[in-house]
Amino acid sequence: MTGNVRAEVERAVADAHRREWAFVLAATARVAGDFDVAEECVQDAYIAALDAWVRDGVPHKPGAWLTATAKRKALDILRRDKVFRSKMPLLMEPDETEMDAAAMDKDDDAVPDDRLRLIFTCCHPALAQEAQVALTLRLVCGVSTGDIARAFLVAEPTMAARLTRAKKKISAARIPYRVPGASELPERLDAVLTVIHLLYTTGHTAPTGADLLRADLVDRALHLTRMLHALMPDEPEVRGLLALLLLTDARRATRTDADGRLLVLEQQDRSRWDRAAIDEGQHLVVGAFRTGRVGRYALQAAIASLHAVAVSYAATDWRQVVGLYDRLLTVWPSPVVALNRAVAVSMVHGPEPALAEIDALEQDGRLADYQYLPAVRADLLRRLGRHREAAAAYRAALDLATNEAERRFLESRLGEVVDSDSGRSSEG
Amino acid sequence: MAQYAVLIYSPAPADPMSITPDYLELLDRYPAQVTELGGEIVTGFALQPSTTATAIRGDVVTDGPFIEAKEVVAGFFILEAPDLDVALQIAKLNPATRDGGVEVRPLFVPPDA
Repeated sequence: MTGNVRAEVERAVADAHRREWAFVLAATARVAGDFDVAEECVQDAYIAALDAWVRDGVPHKPGAWLTATAKRKALDILRRDKVFRSKMPLLMEPDETEMDAAAMDKDDDAVPDDRLRLIFTCCHPALAQEAQVALTLRLVCGVSTGDIARAFLVAEPTMAARLTRAKKKISAARIPYRVPGASELPERLDAVLTVIHLLYTTGHTAPTGADLLRADLVDRALHLTRMLHALMPDEPEVRGLLALLLLTDARRATRTDADGRLLVLEQQDRSRWDRAAIDEGQHLVVGAFRTGRVGRYALQAAIASLHAVAVSYAATDWRQVVGLYDRLLTVWPSPVVALNRAVAVSMVHGPEPALAEIDALEQDGRLADYQYLPAVRADLLRRLGRHREAAAAYRAALDLATNEAERRFLESRLGEVVDSDSGRSSEG
Repeated sequence: MAQYAVLIYSPAPADPMSITPDYLELLDRYPAQVTELGGEIVTGFALQPSTTATAIRGDVVTDGPFIEAKEVVAGFFILEAPDLDVALQIAKLNPATRDGGVEVRPLFVPPDA
């Protein structure tokens, strides 16, 4: 009986960790004025919850209970330790501290939501992007330093040092704990979305190692975007990013075959795509376009949604895809976008004109180390039957590819073109 | 309020005597912009050109700035601002950012004993 209660409480605490961590930490950080103190107090509150909830039952609002407990611990530390008091004004906006102390014991509905401040502070442009990513995972998602280190393939002490350095800069340079004003918002929001998108893509195609997908990072990114969408429901680019992640993630189950081999879009079993995610994504795309302020995430999501609704690769509305890539290039003139556009061009006008665009991109030089450039070239040459040149391009792509699943895909394609080449010509 | 050192970097040798009239005009306007954004310049200095600098590393004395680079420190000022966002807004408006750049660095405050 007691064992059951304990197990139930452990589940409730784990659940609250996943759902409420950001909320609890964000509110505690405002009282503590320092992320290190806040982190410690929040950890302690979760540990305290284990016993308290067994004794008193799981509270009606676990997040409010945890927040009140963590804040109380923070205030105790501040009272006890004058060194911490000197840190206090670093993050806090003085006019809010008293109000906050008064609001401390009320329902969480009465407490203003600090999660946005937390996200914007973690993704502050004065911090290096890798630090922004690490801080977001640690402070907003509550992922342990060890897990973050494993996700980014660095040693745990390296990741710990990165986090410490970033937190130290926040406090020493007085990076403010607030949501940026309207004039800065678009740029700062873009930085936040970039961090989340980076998390997603790191999880989606793990840069090295055997697993194509590091599901945990993908889920964290989706969770973060949903949180951001709930906090800023009117921002078209937040909708756009959520749509893009949902529409991309809808294909998760079909991206590899039973042996873990990569399946490209053309080979995927479309009947197994997640229809609910596609519907939600499409709904969000429409909403984002309706605002008339269409940014790069909404445009990418719109492209993903054209793929999602097509019955087959060949039957995709490629003309409209090319049109969307044209618009995307105007808001985001990136060579990667131009490369993806070239693929779409090949489906409308054939591989030959697309190849000319690849040539231009190679001349441009910015994608010199980008494996997908030779990979796309290889595929176009293969479709044109120029197998020997295709083989050279596949080899160039293999020299750059680090993900095991992608390497195996490229190797098998290389095998195909080498076979057909030697079948047709005796020169070898 | 916090205090920041704003280090001004300009193309070497950063001779204050060769500052152009329109640059001077921008510099004249700067203090008012600083105040308007909620900051205050506590003190500031311009330096003689980097050709007048002498560097010492260990016991080796050499002619020139400590780090050889395209841009050199041309001067610095101490800025008081409520937080980094305001400090950066102010620093962005400094005319040095046009052909050189600035570095914003918080002053060290020893912890209370």
